[in-house]
Amino acid sequence: MIRIGIDVGGTNTDAVIMDGTTVIAGVKAGTTADVMTGVVNALQKVLAASGLDASAVDVVMIGTTHFTNAVVQRRDLAQTAAVRLGLPATASLPPMVDWPEDLKQTIGNHGYLAHGGNEFDGRIISPLDEAELLGIAADIKAKGINSIAITSVFSPVSSDFEKQAGEIFAKALPGAHITLSSEIGRIGLLERENAAIMNACLRDLSAHVIEAFRKAITETGIKGRFYLTQNDGTLMDAAFAEKFPVLTFASGPTNSMRGAAFLSGVADAIVVDIGGTTSDVGSLHKGFPRQATVAVEVGGVRTNFRMPDVFSIGLGGGSHVVETDKGITVGPTSVGYRIVTEALIFGGTTLTTSDVIVAAGRAELGDRSKVAHLTADFIARTQDKITSMLEDCVERSRLSPDPLPVIVVGGGSILVDGPIGGLEVIKPNHFAVANAVGAAIAQVSGEVDRVYSLAEIGRDEALNDAKQRATDAAVAAGALRETVAIVDVEDVPLAYLPGNATRVRVKAVGELHVG
Amino acid sequence: MEILRTIYAEDMEDIATGGAILGTGGGGDPYVGKLMAQQAIRKYGPVQLIDIDQLPDDALVVPVCMMGAPTVMTEKLPQGDELINAFRALEKLLGRKIDAVLCGEAGGVNSTTPFVVASMAGLPLVDGDGMGRAYPELQMVTFSMHGVSATPMVLCDDKGNSLVLETVSNGWTERLARAATVEMGGSALLAFYSMSGATAKKAIVRGTLTLCAALGQTLREAKAAHVDPVAAIVDKLEAKVIFHGRVKDIDRRTVGGFARGTARFEGVEEWKGHDFRLDFQNEFLMAERDGKVLVTTPDLITLVEAESGLPVTADSLRYGLRLIALALPANPQWLTPAGIELVGPRYFKYDVDYTPFFTD
Repeated sequence: MIRIGIDVGGTNTDAVIMDGTTVIAGVKAGTTADVMTGVVNALQKVLAASGLDASAVDVVMIGTTHFTNAVVQRRDLAQTAAVRLGLPATASLPPMVDWPEDLKQTIGNHGYLAHGGNEFDGRIISPLDEAELLGIAADIKAKGINSIAITSVFSPVSSDFEKQAGEIFAKALPGAHITLSSEIGRIGLLERENAAIMNACLRDLSAHVIEAFRKAITETGIKGRFYLTQNDGTLMDAAFAEKFPVLTFASGPTNSMRGAAFLSGVADAIVVDIGGTTSDVGSLHKGFPRQATVAVEVGGVRTNFRMPDVFSIGLGGGSHVVETDKGITVGPTSVGYRIVTEALIFGGTTLTTSDVIVAAGRAELGDRSKVAHLTADFIARTQDKITSMLEDCVERSRLSPDPLPVIVVGGGSILVDGPIGGLEVIKPNHFAVANAVGAAIAQVSGEVDRVYSLAEIGRDEALNDAKQRATDAAVAAGALRETVAIVDVEDVPLAYLPGNATRVRVKAVGELHVG
Repeated sequence: MEILRTIYAEDMEDIATGGAILGTGGGGDPYVGKLMAQQAIRKYGPVQLIDIDQLPDDALVVPVCMMGAPTVMTEKLPQGDELINAFRALEKLLGRKIDAVLCGEAGGVNSTTPFVVASMAGLPLVDGDGMGRAYPELQMVTFSMHGVSATPMVLCDDKGNSLVLETVSNGWTERLARAATVEMGGSALLAFYSMSGATAKKAIVRGTLTLCAALGQTLREAKAAHVDPVAAIVDKLEAKVIFHGRVKDIDRRTVGGFARGTARFEGVEEWKGHDFRLDFQNEFLMAERDGKVLVTTPDLITLVEAESGLPVTADSLRYGLRLIALALPANPQWLTPAGIELVGPRYFKYDVDYTPFFTD
């Protein structure tokens, strides 16, 4: 199987082409404002480097931080109506209650509370009120809003109300983008609602971006299917990704860590991904990133996504190097993607970390004569500073005193030379495009999060039901049924409730079905 | 009246963090309660925290609480008026004006709920509670040991239902209120244990809300200064680190409507080669190291993340997490024979006697 992995970051669009488990070629191209041109350039470059014809490509996997960046930078977000079903319950805390004010204003702060919702055991809190929902729909229409997020209390237990309300809104507001919270989140009303609202406000952008990907692939002459990678390093097809852009939020660090594991052949390690402006540090356990235990915020909004536990510092290949009276400081400011014009070695006027590394003779990049004026003492002190910054963040990500190796990937990897804090450093082949490799090797998953009454059906039957549902979800997402394996099972009894009410979460993962 | 401290909306962050530490693995996530308190304070004004000695002996003091399954509380948020309605209904029933609000349980979500009522009612909040931590049952408060009756009690749900209970014992209140809470959809809000200022001066665990605030502040400042947050908490609390390890097995089961279970850890760093076991029933109740019982309820056992110092609940324990276990001394009221009978290890069906851990 010939597959292409692409990573569309804020600065670079990287691409790799793989035959089975062998990387044939990897390239970097600049990300463009229209997204599409950058992807076309990367695709053409990687095909040329591999010598393969576009028709040979079976599948394209794309990882992107585009949607995360849109939320973090508050741009390209649509006005969104947040409709919650649960009255009279939940009125104490309206939708978006804990959002940063600027983000709330960007999408309009249109929260609506309506009747509906279920109890933990499926009983109804109050019936759906169609007239009430039609009134809300009329208001949404009058405001010219086209994106709607619907969240019903305990919808992971019963999603009927969300579906019914979705149909009412779809009829009243033809063409509106509707997100149901039960399709993306787990139990925890505010966090799931937040995810649904963020998803809804990204729908206009996702339609545009997915179309750009689709066009770029067609333009290059590739006939294979294409997928996007999601938070946990597994795939979703393009149509699904267009409906659920929020599921790409953590795909950047996940792809770079999985790519690092794949390229190095090491499953347990600390991964340092050095870019132009920041370094992300996380730890790998059995080839997968260690997940964060506490609620993860995206752009200041609390979510309950499972995301890798990644620690970032302001150190990259374009970081500013400045001598002050307190010594040398490196970062957090950076020339970023402007490194190719602003760094000294490229004829610019800003001293960056890359300039110092070239001056030290550790990398062949740009024009070394432009940094000949740096003194040996200055070079040594800057390198010491970089080393101590790296040691510090690697130490923070260490989970045990065992001597785990450190895998260094990313375009800024030239900053590392030799061990970090006494730990062996691995710089695998194609380290600069590890993200794209991580995208190319992604698998397909299905997940279930439901509350079962074990007094009625028993634990084994409940677990089997959940496993079956997770497997079906994985197959529906494109996994080859015979490769699907259950990778995570968790059952938590709900305290104080009778009938052994237990929350069961199951995740199934399988290889992508191609052909 | 002398005000100990005025609590504004932003102060609730620290209180909720500290409340989660005193939650000892249970007590419910204070997040929702924190947001409700912040909303109330923004609308009705800040809360005046007072020392109990500021109240006259004949003052009327009433604690409020949220009761139910923590998971339900994070999913089915309250309607918003339940607490103040329960509080007002009890006031009407008692036939006299309530002078101050009290916290029933300073661990978990209930470290924040009294702020909602104090702000809405414009009454002072007493700095103290009935546990100095979190416990799973309603009769497990120091008030019980001073002969204070939980009833008359008013229980309100999100739909507008309310229930008045008059019972023969606080144990019966627990049984009946628990059944009603389940019917109400797994969570309810209540006002109970009304008492005089004189009784409260003897019966409460003092200073626990300012302790929550101080713990939260300690963690926040440690993070900002990049110093070890766990060491900072240990300093603040007379706490002891009893283990540092990784979760290697979790066994959960539901017994009598409670999340009972055991978590086993293998040691890392200074504890490498040692093992550790935690028994929980919503809260962490017993710790064993290398097969020997080390700490039991009523002393507090709490788990925190090594890197952030943030507390971890029994519900969110997962295989592979690397955590630090801390032991904190219980309030001396719990160490009396009556206290041990109410909340000692035998009440929770563990076949051991209370083992004093802090012996100075």
